[in-house]
Amino acid sequence: MMTVSSIENGIVLDHIKAGKAMELYKALGLDELPCLVAIITNAYSNKMGRKDIIKIDAEIELNLDIIGYIDPNITVNVIKNGVNTKQPKVEPPEKIENIIKCKNPRCITSVEQELPNIFKLTDRKNMVYRCIYCESKTK
Amino acid sequence: MRSLIDILDLTTEEIDQLIETANDIIENPKKYAQKCEGKKLATLFFEPSTRTRLSFEAAMYELGGNVLGFSEAQSSSSAKGESVADTVKVVGYYADVIAMRHPKEGAPLVASMNAGIPVINAGDGGHNHPTQTLTDLLTINREVGRFDNITVGFCGDLKFGRTVHSLLGALSRYKNVKFVLISPKELTVPEYIRKELLEAKGIDFVETTSLEEAMPSLDILYMTRVQRERFFNEQDYIRLKDSYILTPERLETAKKDMCILHPLPRVNEISVAVDKDERAKYFVQANYGKYIRMALILKLLEVE
Repeated sequence: MMTVSSIENGIVLDHIKAGKAMELYKALGLDELPCLVAIITNAYSNKMGRKDIIKIDAEIELNLDIIGYIDPNITVNVIKNGVNTKQPKVEPPEKIENIIKCKNPRCITSVEQELPNIFKLTDRKNMVYRCIYCESKTK
Repeated sequence: MRSLIDILDLTTEEIDQLIETANDIIENPKKYAQKCEGKKLATLFFEPSTRTRLSFEAAMYELGGNVLGFSEAQSSSSAKGESVADTVKVVGYYADVIAMRHPKEGAPLVASMNAGIPVINAGDGGHNHPTQTLTDLLTINREVGRFDNITVGFCGDLKFGRTVHSLLGALSRYKNVKFVLISPKELTVPEYIRKELLEAKGIDFVETTSLEEAMPSLDILYMTRVQRERFFNEQDYIRLKDSYILTPERLETAKKDMCILHPLPRVNEISVAVDKDERAKYFVQANYGKYIRMALILKLLEVE
């Protein structure tokens, strides 16, 4: 059994769907942080079977829209002096800007790359985001 | 300042008002002959079009306005690599309203965010073509007389046909509308139309491969072209292409007052012999396109 020590001050992203940690790590720009970041994949979870966890050993501002877009079921724990002080609510954002790019080769953003890549939530139940320009689905 | 990018930008009440204005223009053209005096329409056509561009231009001239623009990307600065945003920022100083056709999906939306004047989407790739849908709706209003309690057959290429998708969206907002979707299996409506529009709204619809079976139930038959390049192999195309050609014989089982529509251009999907049939409304439909565009220009320029 491998153990990863707990953090005193920082953020723990818990209940990440197994296999999604690296996507989240990159999308949140955690690779650019100077502090210690632990990525735990395939951890045992009573609720989920397997899950991923990310521990960030620094008090930073996270873009909750990115987390909400990737997986709104992720729990964000803000740790201060070793205590879980708050859990900001994660929800799918109504709009995401410059987080992902439209993959439709017929979309205007494919030729005019300075345009902001904006997607809107069009189906909350099925988490469908569509490009505001061409209405293509993100995933 | 309003633009028209997607037919669903307009409420059904606004569509009703546009149709009312278009009908009034048809009845009293002189009343509107100077409404847009001193106003200019810029037709920015980054890809070729015959009917749409000419009907926009005819519409503006019949309102007493003027027209400037270009009819292919090669004669615009986009050939030098200028962005849509930059092009329309400049055009915004020269004209009062823009009609834009562009091969890239979403280009007219980008234009509307930057022009400072109203922008009308005159077709963006395979995506939207709202003034065609308005044309279809005016034709249905004048030739059928109602939008509710109708059975509408869409025949041909339902997968790539943007006019079909837009009209499905527009008609699905009315009561007791039934759709019969007639196409080869290769060209059925896309999954998102089926799931997010038809099933989500609880619309009554059936999908069939047989035009003959569908024919007797239809109040409107909206024909589209089955294009060779849409098929994976030549054999399938040859096997299927004739099944979706409308001929006088196939019309024998149709209702006497059924209305045949087609966004044009037609190639061979409606036999020329059908043109003489009283139910053929596709040329008059193209004529109505000018009047509904006149109504739309008046609305966007806020001309009383």
